[in-house]
Amino acid sequence: MGRKLLLEHAQVEGIHTYEVYRKHGGYRSVEKALKTMTPDEVVEEVKKSGLRGRGGAGFPTGMKWSFLAKPEGVPRYLLCNADESEPGTFKDRYLMEKIPHLLIEGMITSSYALGANTSYIYIRGEYAWIVFVLERAIKEAYANGWLGKNILGTGYNLDLYVNCGAGAYICGEETALIESLEGKRGNPRIKPPFPAVKGLWQSPTVVNNVETIAAVVPIVNDGGDEYAKIGIGKSTGTKLISASGNINRPGVYEIELNVPVEEFIYSDQYCGGIKNGKRLKACVPGGSSVPILPHYLVCKTANGEDRLMTYESLADGGFASGSMLGSGGFIVYDEDQCIVRNTWNFSRFYAHESCGQCSPCREGTGWMEKVLHRLEHGHGKMSDIDLLADVAKKIEGNTICPLGDAAAWPVSAAIRHFREEFEWHVNEPVASQQRNYGLVKEPTAAV
Amino acid sequence: MQLTGQNSAPFQYSSGALEEVKALMGRYPEGKSKSALIRALHIAQEENQGWLSIPAMNHVAEVMGITPIEVYEVATFYSMYNLEPVGKFVLEFCQTGPCAIEGAEKIIEYTKQKLGIGKNQTTPDGLFTIKQVECLGACGYAPMMQVGEFYHEHLTTEKIDQFIEDCRAGKIDKGTWKMH
Repeated sequence: MGRKLLLEHAQVEGIHTYEVYRKHGGYRSVEKALKTMTPDEVVEEVKKSGLRGRGGAGFPTGMKWSFLAKPEGVPRYLLCNADESEPGTFKDRYLMEKIPHLLIEGMITSSYALGANTSYIYIRGEYAWIVFVLERAIKEAYANGWLGKNILGTGYNLDLYVNCGAGAYICGEETALIESLEGKRGNPRIKPPFPAVKGLWQSPTVVNNVETIAAVVPIVNDGGDEYAKIGIGKSTGTKLISASGNINRPGVYEIELNVPVEEFIYSDQYCGGIKNGKRLKACVPGGSSVPILPHYLVCKTANGEDRLMTYESLADGGFASGSMLGSGGFIVYDEDQCIVRNTWNFSRFYAHESCGQCSPCREGTGWMEKVLHRLEHGHGKMSDIDLLADVAKKIEGNTICPLGDAAAWPVSAAIRHFREEFEWHVNEPVASQQRNYGLVKEPTAAV
Repeated sequence: MQLTGQNSAPFQYSSGALEEVKALMGRYPEGKSKSALIRALHIAQEENQGWLSIPAMNHVAEVMGITPIEVYEVATFYSMYNLEPVGKFVLEFCQTGPCAIEGAEKIIEYTKQKLGIGKNQTTPDGLFTIKQVECLGACGYAPMMQVGEFYHEHLTTEKIDQFIEDCRAGKIDKGTWKMH
């Protein structure tokens, strides 16, 4: 079992309370940062750690922080993105529910590094009860002198608040999140200007995922170099993986970024294998937006190398034969699942969640949903398959925010790897309503 | 999305809720109190039998010192706001990918049959409404539904039977959007 930096104490009784959290070493990173380090030194440690954004994009956090504009007399803001809505992802919820103080500690240390004196945690509205878990923990942090004026006598001031959404996937996109936090519809903004220059209320703003901010705690405690020793290459540290689908042990796992995918799926430390002794049919390794992989590309790359749970290895082969680590929303499909139905399901999700600003996304997601619906229900034509691929291609890259890409990729990938299953739906409209297709054949050229 | 309830009952926050909304508005810099709108609407919805009528939205606008259209814009964007009357217990079933492959469709169909209603419909006794929603972040505990503040996970037909019985017996805690 690998090292746990975030969830080490997750199972300790009462860890959600201040006393127990503090007894287990909580808030040390705040003491260390505020008393012995300059803000720039904290940023430097995060840069050294190689930490990459854990929300899905994987952008280096230290670099994002160093882009923050620092004009005189203008407030800066740190926003925590707790709008976790990517299908397959439920790790931030787990972290906030179990160890709310870890996020609060990370927010204080990170806010200090960025020179923010007011910070907000934006959490999706459906996690209603967690709003109050966090607010209770924040109250405890204020009462014990970790928030408010002149923290630890250092002269540093910080106020921290929880802000909630009300049901909109798009608010996980950072500029939509900012709009929503301003009390508006969650329509993404055109960039530039980037939030680092003009974000919340037109002030310089950093938006980071829950897990990213939590990871700053062990990075400051142990140093960025220690953190960077874990993992492989540019995939440093640990990552929370939300495992779901047809597996024996669904749940949230903290892994070192070096675990083979095969071990993650079949080891009893993690997913515990496919449920009911079935065979693996496919896997979506990083949340619904990332390309789906057919069984023969899950544990091995197209070159026959072992695939690892790292940013690079999961992307090996590009979109032709790889996928992405994304948010770590790891969805496993057994041989009884229908890929056409699953693709339709995801396309309905994106059609529902498109904010409607950009025509390619607003019209395209609805169009794909309609075509997939008829293919799944036995009314499709052979030309529909190419039509789908064409619509997906025309959405991709042609929208203000990445929701368009997120909607297009799962469709393109499903057709790329499961075309024979789509064709079977057209050729066998009756049979496809009664049973599932089973595994797709591995193309010999790919071996 | 259409707004309804133009002529429905007048609405006002309870005094406790009004105090809370004002406190929420005070969390933001001067002139930025509109940031409290989303939560203010959650509280209004809770105090208006689970939905946002036009009088309720107009009241929120008045309390927050913004125009009604600013409230309508937001209320029509986010899926958690109900723009029509709903039952006392709104059963919001997740229907997205990971829940779907773990049997969400069967559970939703079972519940519809049992209650004799379809999607977005309310039972004649005003107790139950069924909604089908997208991913709620409970994929590892599928299938699931949200009722009020809380999640109900690993659903089975037996659990649905028990849940409905408990609702009828007044034993289900829906939680609250007010400070607790």
